[in-house]
Amino acid sequence: MAATAPDQTDQGSYDVEFRSVVKHFGDVKAVDDVSFALKRGSFHSFLGPSGCGKTTSLRLIAGFEQPDAGAIEIAGQSVVGVPAYRRPVNMVFQHYALFPHMDVAANVGYGLRQRKPRPSESEVAARVAEALELVRLPQLASRRVWELSGGQQQRVALARALINRPTVLLLDEPLAALDRKLRREMQIELQNLQREVGITFVLVTHDQEEALSMSDTIGIMKDGKVVQFGTPEELYDAPVNRYVADFVGESNFFPGSVASTDREGATLVTASGLTLRAPYSRLGTRLSPGDRGSIAVRPEAIGLWRPTRVPAGLDVTRPARLLNRIYLGDHSEFQIEAEGLGPVLVRLPKSDEAQELEPGDQVVMGWNHERALALGEG
Amino acid sequence: MLRGYAIFVYLFLYAPIALIVLFSFNSGNNASDLQGFAVTWYIKAAGNTLMLGALKNSVIIATASAILATFMGTMAALALQNLRGPLRVLFDGLTYVAIMVPGIVIGIATLIALVTTFDVTNALIADLWPGEAPPKLGLGYGSIIAAHTLFAMALVIVIVRARIAGMDRALIEASADLYADPLATFRQVTLPQLAPGIIAGFLLSFTFSFDDFVIAFFVAGSQQTLPIYVFSSIRRGVTPEINAIGTAVMLFSLTALITAQVLLRRGKRPAQ
Repeated sequence: MAATAPDQTDQGSYDVEFRSVVKHFGDVKAVDDVSFALKRGSFHSFLGPSGCGKTTSLRLIAGFEQPDAGAIEIAGQSVVGVPAYRRPVNMVFQHYALFPHMDVAANVGYGLRQRKPRPSESEVAARVAEALELVRLPQLASRRVWELSGGQQQRVALARALINRPTVLLLDEPLAALDRKLRREMQIELQNLQREVGITFVLVTHDQEEALSMSDTIGIMKDGKVVQFGTPEELYDAPVNRYVADFVGESNFFPGSVASTDREGATLVTASGLTLRAPYSRLGTRLSPGDRGSIAVRPEAIGLWRPTRVPAGLDVTRPARLLNRIYLGDHSEFQIEAEGLGPVLVRLPKSDEAQELEPGDQVVMGWNHERALALGEG
Repeated sequence: MLRGYAIFVYLFLYAPIALIVLFSFNSGNNASDLQGFAVTWYIKAAGNTLMLGALKNSVIIATASAILATFMGTMAALALQNLRGPLRVLFDGLTYVAIMVPGIVIGIATLIALVTTFDVTNALIADLWPGEAPPKLGLGYGSIIAAHTLFAMALVIVIVRARIAGMDRALIEASADLYADPLATFRQVTLPQLAPGIIAGFLLSFTFSFDDFVIAFFVAGSQQTLPIYVFSSIRRGVTPEINAIGTAVMLFSLTALITAQVLLRRGKRPAQ
């Protein structure tokens, strides 16, 4: 696809490039003909469920795995066949992998001491202090690593990687082991750190919120393939298919078979006999009559009203029953059962008059065609 | 009920040992007639040149076989780690068999193997030797060290293997990721991680060799180790001196065993 194809005239501005990379483990194709190029100095995420090939992609960049076919370049240099210890990349491991027999300073200085020629101890000490300052842990240099909290270990792992000033920093689900509040803090910190050091970051995660909030670009993966590669806005506003729309943000999906299509969009008939129309996603696959497809509607694109107060001009309206309301501060989520559509999630701001509705109320839900998307199953 | 039973079991286990310790401080001449407390027999044992010679032999043999077993066992454990499938199961099985084979079988087997080898090689050397008196290989230090190494190596393999299995593979990858080549990674990460297991293996090998009677008795030739000396003195009658030597040996072995246990435990803590 156009967005991922490496631009031949602009070679120097990419830090990581995959061209038709394939990696098997036995019979399993972990990475299946994957191509992409990551811009220098950008924050990129691979997002997908476990087993989708995102971690294998990261390990291929790190050099822990070698591809069965295809080309991998780091900073314009082919690294196929180059072992991990000769690659200008560093990794933050999922469980940090700090050396338990060394103190914090020795862990952080490890990479520098492997360099040939080896830098002087005074230089190592200065750089270690600088790196610990960067992750805001200057007072912990002489601690043993198992005395640290999860968040502190995380920062030591970051310092141990960044001190080497790598071309690319790899992060393998680095925040998965932290509690929710700390994770949020570290997300912001990682983002600030990336801007500060200007190094290309590659993050692997299964947490869509994490990927959306931190990344410049995201590659959504499934079964070893990159399903869509783009900015968070592109993925959210113009998903290529239902899989991406389901992974990025939340959507209600109403599946059906395509009855008719035109240049702008498609009309689907659901199993319950309802006819729904929606425009195509800007980057989405085009549908043909007879195809299976889904109409996707974001929870915030749907309105709820008492039967007597439904506004005029809505493209779709259905009677529904309110099952549950979840108060979330500045907004609320409503679970409703709509006739012919089944369970639907609706999200409304605090100011909406629907906030007065009680579970069990009969309501009307509705949306306009242009707020929905007609997506292929994929 | 159960508590009383447990007490009885421990009494049964340790009463004889406690008796030996008690009688080693006997001031009288008879091993089974307590007449008062004194350290006379310890002083007497310390001046016994036959005993001291046997002790020296035991220390040399135990040290040599422990060093050899630790070195070869560690290498074998590292190599076995890269094996997969049925071959690995086979080698694992063979390692455990080596530990479970009774000492007497190892003793007889090594004796026969050594004597047969010596017969062949001595004849060969005699043919090839240019001078008058060709050197002859025989039983002695070498054969005891070889037999003990054989057994202790299996012990070291099992201990170091357990340590490798408990080690986080990501540490090796982290080291490679931080520019350390495979040799540097082995030196700076793998070896320190395995060290508690390796040292424990050494201590266990040492105590095994130091305490062993059965295997040594078969292959010792004219050499005396401490257990063999104790055995042959008992035939001349048990004196409190034997008790004193036994107590000293036990104290020494216990220290080594406890050190090994502590090391194996402590090594696990950072992995939490």
